[in-house]
Amino acid sequence: MTRWRPVIILPLLVLASWAVLALLSQHLPLQPDRIQLEFILAVPGEGALLGYDDLGRSIGERMIVGARTSFLVSAWVVCLSLLVGTLLGTASAYHGGWWDRVAVLTVDVFLAFPGILLAIALAGLLGPGIDNVVIALTIVGWVGYARLSRAQVLSLKHREHVQAAEALGASKWRIIRKHLLPLMLAPLIVEATFGIAAVVIAEAGLSFLGLGIQPPGASWGAMIRDGSRYMLVAPHMVIVPGVAIFAVVLSVNLLGDRLRDKLDIRMMSEEKGRA
Amino acid sequence: MLTYILQRLLSALLVIFGVVSIVFLLIHMIPGDPVEIMLGESASTADREMLRSALGLDQPVWLQFQQYLAGLLQLDMGNSIHFRRPVSDLLLERLPATGLLAAVTLLITVLLALPLGILAAVRRDSPWDSGAMTFSMLGVSIPNFWLGPILILVFSLWLGWFPVSGRSGFGSVILPALTLSTGLIAVLSRMVRSSMLEVLGEDYIRTAKAKGLPPRRVILQHGLRNAMLPVITLLGLQLGALLAGAVITETVFSWPGVGLLTIESIQSRDYPVVQACVLLISVTYVLVNLLTDLAYAWIDPRIRLGGQQ
Repeated sequence: MTRWRPVIILPLLVLASWAVLALLSQHLPLQPDRIQLEFILAVPGEGALLGYDDLGRSIGERMIVGARTSFLVSAWVVCLSLLVGTLLGTASAYHGGWWDRVAVLTVDVFLAFPGILLAIALAGLLGPGIDNVVIALTIVGWVGYARLSRAQVLSLKHREHVQAAEALGASKWRIIRKHLLPLMLAPLIVEATFGIAAVVIAEAGLSFLGLGIQPPGASWGAMIRDGSRYMLVAPHMVIVPGVAIFAVVLSVNLLGDRLRDKLDIRMMSEEKGRA
Repeated sequence: MLTYILQRLLSALLVIFGVVSIVFLLIHMIPGDPVEIMLGESASTADREMLRSALGLDQPVWLQFQQYLAGLLQLDMGNSIHFRRPVSDLLLERLPATGLLAAVTLLITVLLALPLGILAAVRRDSPWDSGAMTFSMLGVSIPNFWLGPILILVFSLWLGWFPVSGRSGFGSVILPALTLSTGLIAVLSRMVRSSMLEVLGEDYIRTAKAKGLPPRRVILQHGLRNAMLPVITLLGLQLGALLAGAVITETVFSWPGVGLLTIESIQSRDYPVVQACVLLISVTYVLVNLLTDLAYAWIDPRIRLGGQQ
């Protein structure tokens, strides 16, 4: 365990600073849109730690505002998807029959759209803006949680404690809330953790394509797109936001892996099998 | 086996019908009047009405859907508003580029992920293993739209080895394919590793070793062949990630494929083309997965027998 400490502490630090910067950004004296012509494309140096962009705006300040965009979008999308997906998956599996078949088909249809393709199309049609990004990514995102919670309920609902509760006359809602959800929590939390990484990449990807937040708002993905035009003279415009996305996503994935090893029963039995 | 094939075919058809329905509904999700958004406010009333009736938007929704389906069955996906040409022609023009990119990406992925995964499994807990798994972790975390520009910066702008963008000669496919394959290699090598580890613990591997077979033969012939089944399924599923990733990667490299067409059409508000691109990519994905499942059942009798139970 001791050997792994940096692998936990470093990602935690990265994610903590991401969250703190995102939540505090509105209270900091930032001027992310202030244009300083004398600093156009200035490389990182004494004046500004992370340099300036093609309009002479401070990249460091825009990074902080961009952190807020990606943090808020991932928080909203993961929470909404988790809520909708878990409700639908749990209800369909517990209810069974006709409902369940429709739910399974719906999930299969949504899974037939590869990756964020549907989100790209939706964001493109709904029009740019952060609200539409959240809507598009939630429409794509709930499916994973629905499938997972359905599988969980199917394996749990015949357990003795659930049957006992049914025999005692507990209502469906009570059984789901008290006897199923607590047992499903661990895999859902792991899935949601990886979901954060996926949404951070997806939001930045949509913004990179010009479908996310609109100028002068800042998003790490849009910063990469703007920077890729000036790569030869100002590579820092691409490198800085990219490193930030990479660091956040890598941290989430590393923590997700640790969390899965700790919580997931299947993984734990595999570990035991090895030993 | 026949029952299994029919079952899979039927469910794939149902899914494709669902996909078609959603793609059809996309145009109805546009807030406001789609015709006005496509043509802009300055368009004349006559132009608007012409487009409205060309898109069938002046008819009831169920009739529009019927016509859309009938058109699709004849591979008629309407006309592009921007290019003023049949959408199917545009797609046919762009398909070869995406096909080439996908083929080279798959080749690179398989050529790198298999050895990496096998090495990590055979030399478990060695520096090779941790190296491969570190690469895998970095690979899944790096977004295409960042890796692409960085590769352009290093290999095109600084070293001058490959063209910056576009499709000109074979060299131009290398950087987009590398960009697309990085994430796939990361996922696949992990899968190869865990699948190999499972297989290498089986009794028949012990028997093969006890017979005195050379380790290379034990690993490749007895181990890898059995470990390949889940890997093939994953590869089928990954094609989806590849196709979706192609939309972003083609945009980064201005690679003239279906992905770039999707984004160009979104930007020019050419919605019939957007619909057709999304439909084409998704249906390809469903069909590839259907084929993977059928191939899998054909190779492994446990699957088709399990399917009948």
